[in-house]
Amino acid sequence: MTLNLNWGILLEESATGDGPYWTLLATGLQWTLATALTGWVIALLVGSIVGVLRTLPYRPLALLGDIYVEVFRNIPLLVQLFFWFFVWPEVVPQEIGRWMKQDMPYPEFITAALGLGWFTAARVAEQVKSGILSLPRGQKNAALALGFSLPQTYRLVILPQAFRVVIPPLTSEFMNIFKNSAAALAIGLTELTFQMKQMVEYSNEVIVSIAAVTTIYMTLAFAVNRGMAWLEKKARVPGMIGGGR
Amino acid sequence: MIDINNVSKWYGQFQVLTDCSTRINKGEVVVVCGPSGSGKSTLIKCVNGLEPFQSGTILVDGTSVGAPKTNLPKLRSRVGMVFQHFELFPHLSITENLCLAQMKVLGRNHEEAHNKGLQLLDRVGLKAHAEKFPGQLSGGQQQRVAIARALAMDPIAMLFDEPTSALDPEMINEVLDVMTQLAAEGMTMMCVTHEMGFARRVAHRVIFMDHGQIVEDAAKDEFFGSPRSERAQQFLSKILQH
Ligand SMILES: Nc1ncnc2c1ncn2[C@@H]1O[C@H](COP(=O)(O)OP(=O)(O)O)[C@@H](O)[C@H]1O
Ligand SMILES: [Mg+2]
Repeated sequence: MTLNLNWGILLEESATGDGPYWTLLATGLQWTLATALTGWVIALLVGSIVGVLRTLPYRPLALLGDIYVEVFRNIPLLVQLFFWFFVWPEVVPQEIGRWMKQDMPYPEFITAALGLGWFTAARVAEQVKSGILSLPRGQKNAALALGFSLPQTYRLVILPQAFRVVIPPLTSEFMNIFKNSAAALAIGLTELTFQMKQMVEYSNEVIVSIAAVTTIYMTLAFAVNRGMAWLEKKARVPGMIGGGR
Repeated sequence: MIDINNVSKWYGQFQVLTDCSTRINKGEVVVVCGPSGSGKSTLIKCVNGLEPFQSGTILVDGTSVGAPKTNLPKLRSRVGMVFQHFELFPHLSITENLCLAQMKVLGRNHEEAHNKGLQLLDRVGLKAHAEKFPGQLSGGQQQRVAIARALAMDPIAMLFDEPTSALDPEMINEVLDVMTQLAAEGMTMMCVTHEMGFARRVAHRVIFMDHGQIVEDAAKDEFFGSPRSERAQQFLSKILQH
């Protein structure tokens, strides 16, 4: 069997009428980037808040955080996206639901970014919590003993250490969010995997299509990995190993 | 200065402190000793409200620690505390460790905080290490910085919870020297420690705790001369053999 790879197809005009095939993939890449990055910002913000909640000495708040994580972590991402896209507009007050279905700009993108963000936030919260719990307990007492309020204690003492500890596990969550963004094709977002399917269908160049998209995903993963390694190095403190003792 | 009246505390069913009462006057140095698990750390943490207690009262400079309306952060900023494991903030340089609370809690400006920090660092003999990080210092050096950090807040009293028990033997004295000097300057001090040499030299009074109770609370000479309780005698004989 000979593999007849026609890489030239990427430059050929696509049958969809949207320009050459490579522009199809470029559009897909844009949506993948936009969705993953927006989702990541949401995941970091929400995940940090939820992670902190779970370590607070107030039972109801800690419980609330625990419930969030259990719900969002244990339901498949695909189901969550379907829920936000198809069910949520029917659940909210009619006015808002109608707006979501008819007038909300880029509904697939917004739903995907938010859904991916909430989902990943649960995983970030888990990491942030274990990062906080890995610090010596005395650190919190030492900060409180100096007169810091609890919010100051978190902001100035606990979180700067906890985030350093969790950079490595967060790196893999950051890489995951790019891969997971492919699930958004199910609600019609024209992200990279969606566009790959398009290209396969119209060009019949299955292998070239998959190889091209694989290369793009791997490049993204590599870039994230390098970026986070750089960050970890920047954040490294002399004599502080991981942050714990 | 520190008034502890009939304080009791429970962890669930387990009673850690039983009816503890004592009083530490201004300028007084009181050493608290007793077997491991007897409640020394718990008692000292009740003094600045790091541990809540269920009954009794503690007054620090007239402020009731347990009262719901007490501004605990404000009270704590006036009481220095030194821990067994130093608890310097490892992500901050020595200078930042010394300045952070001065600026964020007391509202001092950077220059003021910096000057104060360096002056105290000099006093504990570590001026050359100002730009290092805690992880780059020895245990004894870290503990001296921790004392300087507490002093930078101009505390009205200092609490020490076994400040030398995590140190290698050769580093114990450098920390005790700083504490001795502090006592000589008239600082009010409550020190949980098993360093009986320090207690003999520096303390005015010694408190002996066992099973969450203050078993003995006596002037230093009295305590070392003829402790009244059998438990304290046993404890002393064990500890002084080494
Ligand atoms: N958070 C806690 N929960 C339950 N028991 C505790 C807790 N902290 C301390 N204890 C118990 O309280 C007792 C007194 O502890 P502590 O004050 O640390 O003693 P010491 O400092 O004299 O060694 C010990 O028996 C210890 O096991
Ligand atoms: Mg103790």
